[in-house]
Amino acid sequence: MSGSPNNLTMVEALNRALAEELERDPRVMLLGEDVGVDGGVFRVTKGLQERFGKDRVVDTPLAEACIVGASVGLAIGGMVPVCEMQFSGFMNFAYGQIQPHMSRFLSRTRGQRRIPVVVRAPSGGGIRALEHHCESEEMSYVSVPGLVVLMPSGPRTAYGLMKAAIRTAEPTIFFEPKSIYRAFREEVPVDGDPYPIGKAEVVREGGDLTVVTWGAMVRRCCEAAETGAGIEIVDLLTLKPMDPETVMQSVKKTGRCLVVHEAPRTGGLAGEIFARISEREDVFYSLRAPLARVASFDVPYPLFARENAYLPDADRIAAGMKKTLAA
Amino acid sequence: MLPGARRPGTIAGFPPGGGGGREGGVAKRSGDPAPAEPGPAGVGDIVRMVDEEGRLLVKKPPLPDERVVELYRHMVRARRFDARMLKLQRQGRMGTFAPCFGQEAAQVGSIAACTPRDWFVPSFRETAAALYRGATMRGILLYAMGLEEGAMVPEGARDIPISIPVGGQSSHAVGLAWAMKMKKEKAGAIVYFGDGATSEGIVHESMNFAGVLGLGVLFLCQNNQWAISTPRRQQAAAVPLADRARAYGFPGVQVDGNDLLAVWSVCELAMRRARGGEGATLVEAVTYRRGVHTTADDPRVYRSEEEEKSWERKDPLDRTRKYLEARGAWDAKREEALEAEVDAEMQVEVQAAEDYRASSVNPLEMFEFVYGTMPPYLKQQRDEAEEAFRGRNVVVGASAPWKPGGAAAVGQLEEAPEEPGR
Repeated sequence: MSGSPNNLTMVEALNRALAEELERDPRVMLLGEDVGVDGGVFRVTKGLQERFGKDRVVDTPLAEACIVGASVGLAIGGMVPVCEMQFSGFMNFAYGQIQPHMSRFLSRTRGQRRIPVVVRAPSGGGIRALEHHCESEEMSYVSVPGLVVLMPSGPRTAYGLMKAAIRTAEPTIFFEPKSIYRAFREEVPVDGDPYPIGKAEVVREGGDLTVVTWGAMVRRCCEAAETGAGIEIVDLLTLKPMDPETVMQSVKKTGRCLVVHEAPRTGGLAGEIFARISEREDVFYSLRAPLARVASFDVPYPLFARENAYLPDADRIAAGMKKTLAA
Repeated sequence: MLPGARRPGTIAGFPPGGGGGREGGVAKRSGDPAPAEPGPAGVGDIVRMVDEEGRLLVKKPPLPDERVVELYRHMVRARRFDARMLKLQRQGRMGTFAPCFGQEAAQVGSIAACTPRDWFVPSFRETAAALYRGATMRGILLYAMGLEEGAMVPEGARDIPISIPVGGQSSHAVGLAWAMKMKKEKAGAIVYFGDGATSEGIVHESMNFAGVLGLGVLFLCQNNQWAISTPRRQQAAAVPLADRARAYGFPGVQVDGNDLLAVWSVCELAMRRARGGEGATLVEAVTYRRGVHTTADDPRVYRSEEEEKSWERKDPLDRTRKYLEARGAWDAKREEALEAEVDAEMQVEVQAAEDYRASSVNPLEMFEFVYGTMPPYLKQQRDEAEEAFRGRNVVVGASAPWKPGGAAAVGQLEEAPEEPGR
C-alpha cells in the first residue's frame, strides 16, 4: 500500500530523481523515443515534458545511434543529457557511439573533454515481452573501459543512483530492471542524496554463504534465502567500477560464494568476480567450498513461454545455495 | 499496369525522387477533406485510383474484378484475424503483438505484386502480407503465445521471419536481391518498414547500397503516421518521405496506401523493375495505424479521437468493398459468407495453437538450434536444466488478463493502479 506520498515504485522513484535533477540543474535534459508526450513506454518520464517544456524533454526521431551520438555532442557543448534507449535490446544500434566515442573522449583528449551523459535503458526479462525486449546485456558495457555501469535493485537505489549518474561527469550506462519497475514500493526521500557510485550494499547478513547479485535478482535471491539461515546477500549496484572490498570482506567471512545473474552464464560478471577472489590470496585461501554461480543458460533469450525456464528462478537459486552450503 | 511508356531506370510517369500521378490518367489528390499527409499540404503528388466512395479515378481499372475480389478476401481475412488476436490478447490467451488494423491495402496490394520467387522481408506488423504469403494462422498465434515454433516460415517459401529491431531488416533485403543478381535469377525482394524506421541509419545505408549496386529491392514504407507516440511530422522534416529516393539514385513514389488498386499498380511496376535488373524503388504507402502500436500501447495518451475518426472514413476495406459493389462484383451475401468462412478457419487455428501450447511445449527446446551441432558445454547445461525442471511447470501459459490504461511498453507491465486515497 502506498500509505505516504514517499512510498514509491521504481518508476515513480526514477521520475522523481529526474524531475529533481531537471529542477536543480538547467543543463540537464532528457531525450529519446516517446519520452515526451507519452512519458516513455514505461512512463518513467511521465509529466516531465509538461513540467519542463519541449526543449528539455525531447521526443526524438527513432534513431538510437544518433540519440547517443547527439548526447555526446550535447555534453561537449555544455549540456547534461540523459537519454533513453527504449529497451536495452535496441541499444546495440547505439553501440557504435557508446564504445568508440562516448567511452573514449576523455582518454583521447587527455582529460580535456568530459562526457557527462547518462544512457538509461530498461533491461532484463520476466515480463512476457516480445523478442529483443528482454536481454541482460550488461557485459557488453562492463567490458568497455571508461564507462560507469549501474543497475539499481529497487525504488530507493534507483532514485539515489540516478541522481549520482546525472551528477557524475563520467559517461554512465544506467540499466533499469524492468521486471521490478512496479513490483514493490519503498520509501524514497524528497530532494534526497545521491547513492554513491562504486558502493555495494549488504542487504541481508549471514555468516555461512555470500551471495553476490544485482538488479532484479536481488529480490529473487532474498526470496530464495528466506528459509536458509546464514546467507549474506551483497547487492552490487555498481557493476563498473565495482566495489570489490564489500564482496571480499563478506567472502572472507563466510568462506563460500555464489553469484547469481540474469545474463547468460558464459562471459557473465560472475567470472570476473571469481577471478578477483582468486587473485586475492587472503580471500582465496579462506574459501571452504568451490565458487558457484546460477545464471541464465547460454541460449538466445527465448520467447516468453520459455522465459521462466531460461531465467534463474527461486528454485534454481535455492538449489545453488543449498549445494554450496553443503560443500 | 500503369499507363504511359516505360523508360529504363525510371518508373513511367514518376521521375526519380518525384511524386507520381502527373500523367497517364492517374489521379492527383483532389478535394481531400483531410489530407493524407499531415505535414505541409500540397507537397508532391500522390498516386490514387479509387476514392473514398469507391469511385474509379482512372479510365480503366488496372486489375480485373475477379482479382480485386481475391485481394479483398485476403484483406477481410487479415482484418478478422487481427481483431481475433486482439481479443485473445485482451483475454490473456496470448502475448503482445502489433496489429495491422487499417494497413491491409498497403500490405495486400504490395505483396500481391510479388511472385513466390520474390523475397518477402517483413518488419513486425505485416500480418496481412504474411497470411497472403502462406503463413498459417496457427504459426502466427504460436509466435504471439511466446513459442519459437511460430517463427518458422512456410516450407519452401522465400520468406524470412518478422524483424523487431526497427529497420534492421532492410539490409537483409539488400543482400537477398544481391544474391538473386549473383545467381542471375529473375527475382527481387520487398522489404516492409514504417515511417519511424526511415530515421534509422540502417535504412539509409540499405537504400544507398541498393542504389549503388543497382539491386532489385522494393523499399515499401508504410507511412502509418505514428511511431508509437511520435507523429510523422516529428519523424522527418522531409515531405514526402518518398522524395528521399532521389538521394539514393532511384525512383520514389508516394501512393495512397489505403487504395488497393493504386498500391498494387505502383508495386507491380516496382517489382517488375526489380526482377528485370532495373534497380530499386522506394514506395511510400500513406496509410494509418488505426489501432494500437502494440497491445501494450494506449494511443489515447497522444492522439485525438477526431483524428482517428477522420481516417476511419478512408478505411481501405470499406473503399474496396464499395468499389466492388458498384461494379456488381460483391454484395452483402458474399461478405457474410466470407466472414463465416474466415471465422470457421480461425476457430480451427486458434484451437490448434492452444492445444499445442497446452500439450506439446518442451522447455528444453530452447537449447536446440543455438548451433548447428550442440557443443558439449551446452549439452551439459541442458542436462542441468532437465534436472532442475523435473516435476515443475516452467512454461508460461497465457499472459495475465489485460487491464485498460496500461503503459505503452510491450509486455505485461501495467501502470500501477491508482490506490484509494492517493
